[in-house]
Amino acid sequence: MKKRIVYYLNQFYGGIGGEDKADTKPFFLNEAVGPAVKFSELIDQEGEVVGTIVCGDNFYSSNMEEARKNCLEFLKALKPDFFVAGPAFNAGRYGIACGDICAFVEKGLNIPTITGMYDENPGVPLYREHTIIVKVANNARGMNEALRKMSTLALKIMKNQELFSAEDEGYFHRNIRKNFFYDEIGAVRAIEMGLKKYRGEYFKTELEMPKFDKIPPARAVGPLNECKVALCTSGGIVPKGNPDRLPVSASDRWGKWDVSNIEKLTPENAESIHGGYDRTYANLDPNRVIPVDVLKDLEKEGIIKKLHPYIYYTVGTSTSVNNAERFGREIGVELKNAGVDIIILTST
Amino acid sequence: MFIPVCRIKYQEIEIGGNIMHLELREITVNNLEYSERTEVRGKTLFINKEEILEELKMDEAIEDVDIDIAKPGQKVRIIPVKDVIEPRCKISGPGNVFPGFIGGMETVGSGVSLALKGVAVVTCGPIVAFQEGFIDMCGVGSRFTPFSKTNNVALLLKVKPSLTPVQHEEIVRKTGLKLAYYLAEKSKNAQEYKTSIFDLPSPRKIQNNFSNLPSFVYVYLNISQGLLHDTYVYGKDLKTMFPVILHPNEILDGAIVSGNCVSAGSKNTTFHHLNNPVIKELYARNGKDLNFVGVVIGTELDTLSGKIRSSEMVREYVKMLGADVAIISEEGAGNPDTDLCLCCKALEKSGIKTVVIANECAGEDGKTPGLADTTPEMDAFVSTGNSCEIVVVPPMEKIIGCHESIAVLAGGYADSLQDDGSIKCQMMSIVGSVNETGFLPLGCKWV
Amino acid sequence: MVKQIEKITQKPVVQIATIVPIMLTVGANRMVPGIAIPHPVGDPTKSKAEEYNLRRSLVLRALNAATVDINEPTTF
Repeated sequence: MKKRIVYYLNQFYGGIGGEDKADTKPFFLNEAVGPAVKFSELIDQEGEVVGTIVCGDNFYSSNMEEARKNCLEFLKALKPDFFVAGPAFNAGRYGIACGDICAFVEKGLNIPTITGMYDENPGVPLYREHTIIVKVANNARGMNEALRKMSTLALKIMKNQELFSAEDEGYFHRNIRKNFFYDEIGAVRAIEMGLKKYRGEYFKTELEMPKFDKIPPARAVGPLNECKVALCTSGGIVPKGNPDRLPVSASDRWGKWDVSNIEKLTPENAESIHGGYDRTYANLDPNRVIPVDVLKDLEKEGIIKKLHPYIYYTVGTSTSVNNAERFGREIGVELKNAGVDIIILTST
Repeated sequence: MFIPVCRIKYQEIEIGGNIMHLELREITVNNLEYSERTEVRGKTLFINKEEILEELKMDEAIEDVDIDIAKPGQKVRIIPVKDVIEPRCKISGPGNVFPGFIGGMETVGSGVSLALKGVAVVTCGPIVAFQEGFIDMCGVGSRFTPFSKTNNVALLLKVKPSLTPVQHEEIVRKTGLKLAYYLAEKSKNAQEYKTSIFDLPSPRKIQNNFSNLPSFVYVYLNISQGLLHDTYVYGKDLKTMFPVILHPNEILDGAIVSGNCVSAGSKNTTFHHLNNPVIKELYARNGKDLNFVGVVIGTELDTLSGKIRSSEMVREYVKMLGADVAIISEEGAGNPDTDLCLCCKALEKSGIKTVVIANECAGEDGKTPGLADTTPEMDAFVSTGNSCEIVVVPPMEKIIGCHESIAVLAGGYADSLQDDGSIKCQMMSIVGSVNETGFLPLGCKWV
Repeated sequence: MVKQIEKITQKPVVQIATIVPIMLTVGANRMVPGIAIPHPVGDPTKSKAEEYNLRRSLVLRALNAATVDINEPTTF
């Protein structure tokens, strides 16, 4: 069974006009037109273009919600297996339209999508993670080559073949890391990289250093005797028996523990399950990782107004940054709702 | 009571005068069978199980001991694995292999040593409840470990219940080394072997003949943070030491022994130390593309002051060795990423070009930044793979050890073990999968 | 995790941990260096009383850090 493909083009490639027709609302044709014709030929062994959507670039960028809705209507009726847009080369509005409609279709219909852009197209950083954007030339003289690249990749996807890296397949990577086997072992790659670096020759690092965002510091609070304090830890201290069944590393969850009736942590009521350090000391006295004993005393003595009854815990080894951020957001919401003034977080 | 670790026969000590010339005789076998005599015949290592068990049981701390065989291609899984050791012994020359455990305190790395290739001793069994990994001898999982290609003698120890975790780990480590040494000793009679020579020119010779080549130093960082996170150099606990300069031959002769099970995927097993691929490749290119001028063993301590002190000292040693380029490898991930960054930064700021070899923890979806600590100077990075990537390994017909332990292994979950015996877990549960000496061709790319 | 908690609550989060360089990287704004990785607010080499006092002083230092206005990531 041949795969059914719907193709998206702007007013120019759709053959209805230039800038004067950029406000055209999306309409549907029951056949391939413009570049979709050539594309259909190239993927003939696996699929065919059964219809084309044409939409004015201005209309799409000024009426994104409506444009998406209209296109989705056409697609729902057709039930395509695959969706293609562009290529947009370096045209900004067209690039954004292609990227956006592909992202939307991929999410809404759960079908693979593909488009093509030049690397300076603003659509690239916006949509690279949500569709496959093939790297193409910066103007229409590169159309044949662009269609060739897009169709080759589309064929692979339609045949369910395993893809190589983004660089090898010729598309802008989606910010995802994947394991592959190289020809050489890591040690050899390192020494060859070292020789190139020494000689001043071009070399490609296998991982670029990321940039972390800073957030502005929160305003100071006080005086302490009017403050509600909450304790959190990523040191893997959990209630004895690990009732929330936190994993020993790469945690996907956090837990909270009501300590209002406990004076301090002990080997009887708590334990460490963190897989990344020697837990002997923590198990003998869990307060060494999360100082419940001291905070309880400070509360009794009136140095702080109150210790928030819940302590929040997770295991901070090999935690993915995305999960850590999610835990922070979720715990943050609870603490905000509880009116906490100071948060102390211990890490191992 | 434990076996004395260091038997010094005073009349045999040769102090001084070593020329670091190591002749390594490599006997290669491709099969492993039980027999009445422990020896190598042809390409097979035969082992007498009863004799070996008698030899190993001699320590009072051991309640029970067993060994089992796992060969490449068999539908066998060994789980949980603590260490992997290549059988080694010395034929002539000062000291003995695994100084501080088998050998005494004499410097190793010269004379003639024997390596039994194609065989590995695999110590297994739960020690302190988690951290070890597994080895599959066939199937998807076998692609990600070098130990699916070795004929493995699995060593299962049951110790007296009165032992503390520290004592338990120690006896397993020592018994593993003992068995590895025993097998090598019994292989001495083998007729066929390949000889490799490991020998480096003196600084004077480099100055006269090879000054046009860049000098490379290998900065070999190893975990040194406590129980199951330790490394031993000449029998001494690395966490009690400063960084130290070693001749690469010392490492090839067993001066470094692993006491580490953190994240099976990224640990340096004793087998990795003995066969360190950075050392081997630097040796292969010595005098051709580069001068291999030394190895600095760096620590990965669990205090900030310790990390700073070590990275500072590493820098001074590397400078003293006259390096132009430093290859830095890591062990583990998380806080050791800071040791990596501090060393890299210190060296780059001294004008030494660095290349770092490390793994990434990019999440199961591959979408998160893979390092806990970064520095802009780390612009030459070789990745040994994303240790969080999910892998599903098929069921095996035989399990050596204890299958349920996957639930508590780093990289495993409570529901990792499926009903049919397959395991869904992270790459880091497979021994050696993302090893950061760059042992495997595995790496990571953008998709 | 720290960044997100501070962003959402708009209240000072003070992190006690040993590896300050990592904290600088992941953006914790108020930091108190801990004793050692396995026991950031403990010291098993000291007597119980000494250890408690040490823990108390670290916690007080952390609480105090929350009462100080800062412009950039600061170690207390």
